[in-house]
Amino acid sequence: MIGNANNIEAEVLELLAHKVPANINVTPETPIVAGLGLDSVAILDFIMDLEDRFDISIPLDRVAEVQTVGELSQAIEALKSAAG
Amino acid sequence: MGLFSKFGDVRAALDSLAVDGRNPFDVCFDTIISATEAVLEGRPCLLFGTNNYLGLTFDATCIAAAVKSVHESGTGTTGSRIANGTYCDHALLEQRIAEFYGKRAAMIFTTGYQANLGLISTIAGREDQLLIDADSHASIYDACKLSTAEVIRFRHNDPEDLARRLHRLKDRPGNRIIVTEGIFSMLGDSAPLKEIAVVKRELGATLVVDEAHSLGTRGKKGRGVCEEAGVANDVDFVVGTFSKSLGAIGGFAVSDLPDFDLLRILCRPYMFTASLPPAVVGSVMAALARISTDESLGARVRSNSAKLYRALTLAGFELGPEPNAIVAIKMPDTGTAVRFWNQLIQRGVYANLALPPATPGSLSLIRCSVSAAHTEAQIDKALSVIVSVGRELRVLGPDPEQGLVRRTGSLPL
Repeated sequence: MIGNANNIEAEVLELLAHKVPANINVTPETPIVAGLGLDSVAILDFIMDLEDRFDISIPLDRVAEVQTVGELSQAIEALKSAAG
Repeated sequence: MGLFSKFGDVRAALDSLAVDGRNPFDVCFDTIISATEAVLEGRPCLLFGTNNYLGLTFDATCIAAAVKSVHESGTGTTGSRIANGTYCDHALLEQRIAEFYGKRAAMIFTTGYQANLGLISTIAGREDQLLIDADSHASIYDACKLSTAEVIRFRHNDPEDLARRLHRLKDRPGNRIIVTEGIFSMLGDSAPLKEIAVVKRELGATLVVDEAHSLGTRGKKGRGVCEEAGVANDVDFVVGTFSKSLGAIGGFAVSDLPDFDLLRILCRPYMFTASLPPAVVGSVMAALARISTDESLGARVRSNSAKLYRALTLAGFELGPEPNAIVAIKMPDTGTAVRFWNQLIQRGVYANLALPPATPGSLSLIRCSVSAAHTEAQIDKALSVIVSVGRELRVLGPDPEQGLVRRTGSLPL
């Protein structure tokens, strides 16, 4: 399970690296709203890419709860487990 | 830390937009002359950014109806619809709206924003799931925040993506509620309602369509994209506004569902605000009568829109995907968009400046809106100004005809 969670986080970081401005180094601790250099709509659109990639839907209230990239990865892992 | 210090980046962004001392969010017209003309900063200007799609704000019958209502019933109702704020004309307008859409009942709200806020937040309960188009208007997003339901975005105008998301919910309890719009306000593109209605029927959901920009501008009878797509019976709730084609302010929702009237005592944005003033109810009733009896208004806004869209496309601009009363010109970046917008004003054309994050795909747009009241000459003038600013700011390439003039001018006569 932990291995799976690490894989998800690695993949989220990899996908994000292509989205954010070149001068931003994304880590699991990077805050989503203030640290990615993306506006609110761009963040939601990125989350849609993640939904497609992991075949889940991430409800907006879950998005609002997560602060960092690492927490977002954990939320994806939890939703994937719940979906079986 | 000061109360407003958290908005420091907003202040910086706002300051960076104020070119020539003009703040795009602080435009103040000196005088409104007609549905298509105003005076701005002492200069006459053509209005190409107003949502006044049918040009009814100065319609003589609408003004007369507003004046009559204000004389008969006063300047305001001073109360909520569920207390002292329902007059005969509020009830009559609801009846007329319901008749216009061929639905059982209508509720009117004090603004279009409140219509979405109230309807969506009330019908979606804790166990339910709202599936909203990703490019939905802020009023739909705010309704989602106010609701206790789970909220899921589907890809803009993508029925397959909607179906995929509905499938993921198949074993979950609760009602699925799909929310989309007839025409989207930024790029002027319309929803594939026929295909969305198929998904709704096959996977089982309630369908809400906001026709704010399509009432009066689409469909033979002006009922919007639902009418045009032939899906009126699949749509459980149509939401709309009186502030665009009908030239006033206010919102509405219509439905055939039998317990729709319960919303009057459940829906807080309906209950806890004052009702529309009599003058507004009067003019909206007159405007609705105009569009119900005069199909040429809708035809004219469509032909004017097609003219502007075609000419801008031929000039080389990149526009939204289809000709509608909203004609959005894509700008290469925010700085160019701001300069473009300022230049238009300097030369007597007012359009809307639309910037991220209010736009899809982080686009910067000059958003023009077309009216049935625009004359050919006004459209030609706006076109010529837009094209010349486009050339000067290098949004367009050089003018091929001017090149020709220069070349032929050099020939010996």
